Amino acid sequence: MKRTGFIVLGLMAAVVFFWSTPFLWTLVASFRPESSAGDIRMASLLPDYKPTWENFEAAFETGNFALYYLNTAIVAFGILAVQLVTISLAGYAFARLRFPGRDFIFYVFLLQLMLVPPILIVPNLGTIVDLGLYGSLLGVMLPYFASAFGTFLMRQTFRQIPRDFEEAATIDGAHWWQTLWHVLLPMAKPGLVAFAVVSLMAHWNEFLWPLMVLNEPRTQTLTIGLAAFAVGSEGGKDWGLLAAGTLLVMFPLLALFAVFQRQFVNSFMFSGLKG
Amino acid sequence: MTSVIASEIPRLPVARQKRRPLRSRIIRRAWPYSLLAPSLVLLAAFTYMPIVRVLWDSLHDKVHGARTTLFVGLGNYAQLFADKAFIQSVINNLVYAAGTVPISMALALLFALALQRSSRVNSVMRALLLFPSMIPLVAAAALFFFIFLPGVGLFDYYLGKLGLQGTNWLGDPDVALWSLIGITIWKNAGYYMLFYLAGLQTLPGDVLEAATIDGANAWQRLRHVIVPLLAPTSAFVLVIALINVLTQVDHVIVLTKGGPSNSTKLVLYYIFEQAHENFAYGRAAAASVVSVAVLLAMSVFSLKTMERGAHAAS
Repeated sequence: MKRTGFIVLGLMAAVVFFWSTPFLWTLVASFRPESSAGDIRMASLLPDYKPTWENFEAAFETGNFALYYLNTAIVAFGILAVQLVTISLAGYAFARLRFPGRDFIFYVFLLQLMLVPPILIVPNLGTIVDLGLYGSLLGVMLPYFASAFGTFLMRQTFRQIPRDFEEAATIDGAHWWQTLWHVLLPMAKPGLVAFAVVSLMAHWNEFLWPLMVLNEPRTQTLTIGLAAFAVGSEGGKDWGLLAAGTLLVMFPLLALFAVFQRQFVNSFMFSGLKG
Repeated sequence: MTSVIASEIPRLPVARQKRRPLRSRIIRRAWPYSLLAPSLVLLAAFTYMPIVRVLWDSLHDKVHGARTTLFVGLGNYAQLFADKAFIQSVINNLVYAAGTVPISMALALLFALALQRSSRVNSVMRALLLFPSMIPLVAAAALFFFIFLPGVGLFDYYLGKLGLQGTNWLGDPDVALWSLIGITIWKNAGYYMLFYLAGLQTLPGDVLEAATIDGANAWQRLRHVIVPLLAPTSAFVLVIALINVLTQVDHVIVLTKGGPSNSTKLVLYYIFEQAHENFAYGRAAAASVVSVAVLLAMSVFSLKTMERGAHAAS
């Protein structure tokens, strides 16, 4: 029994190493000095050189990564900020209020989980053009301001909170929004964090939709910048630069993961269908 | 007189009392809807109206630059199904689904089985397997751009050391789609592993023990006990995997642009290309309608499967 355990462990270690080689290569290649770029050793996984920041500096200078970071952050955090308001209000209504048509409206929300946005890029782009938002970051963000997934998550979270707390607040003369803000939302923090992680990750990583909406270099996001980078370096040999750029795009997510590992895993499982 | 006064005076406050509750009752009736209104307006604008719009667009032809549209009936659909590139993209999507979904699900289950016991080593390995699913698909594509580079890329470099010769991973029409399938498996298997890890924790330990005592070996336990008990998890993962197959084409855009000779053209990429590069909105709309229909059919089917799976498990 113990021997099979060791065999499984060894086998998995090999698989995990193989699985991680793309990351290992990125790390090694991004610190490789430019002098050796282009030669065959570029593919080597061994850091047989003196590490340098050259590639990262080049990415910020020629690749405009500072601007891309800013735009991506505006999009991801902007979407999240509005979503937190819309999902809290809607989640509260579904969890705590009784009103005619509630079940029907709930099914209307439910359907949106299946009709994932990428499938509707063509008509949505038409809507964005009609609203005069083509080319703007707001145009990228607008379709995501409501989230069916977030509404479900908040509904479930609010439902798990005992009503006694709200009743006490109501007896003290608190309005519903005071109850929501001071009592329910602080207690719903795990749900909010889980949703925030999923939402930030989904929109940090998004590519196709911003690619369709944005049309000038000034407004581009990290993923679009990186794609242009990859295609641009096809002929040239700036692999170190490409590796550095890729690392810059991935870094915030991997750092977040390292810090919030447990929340990440929980909210990842929650989502399935992204928000 | 007195009787009139006497009857009128007490009536006033009653009438007022009546009016006030009415107004506040209307407010009270309306406010649940006002809380839902922001979400409903946005959902209507970007999920429900688009479906109406895409149906309308698919029945019309828009001359690029002109404001007028022309009703063409099912003309766009006829064109769509006559387009070899579209048919090719449907076939590619089926191959892509058949190549990615079963393999990544099987790997996910194996990873979960191997790493289910919690220990420090296992949690590090889990995290490393999970990494690919957290990075943007574009970043994964950028990495594999280099890995698949003919001759000097990571793959060919190390294959060369083993004395093997690589191939043109992204340039050969017979290989390119399989290269993309490889990327997708690499990216998603760790994510699906999470669901199986959660599913394994809910398995009743006594059933497995009973199977072991009855002399079932590891394979028999997996085949006849674990896999059937995990059916609900598998159904859920299957839905996510199928949605991914239909909605993720970032790697196609970065790596192959559907080529060589349409061998990696997936349906969503076809839609993107028709709308964004050929300005053939009618045809793009018709293809979108087909995709939405497939997605809806799939979700109805999967909900039924999940229900059945849940019954089987209980």
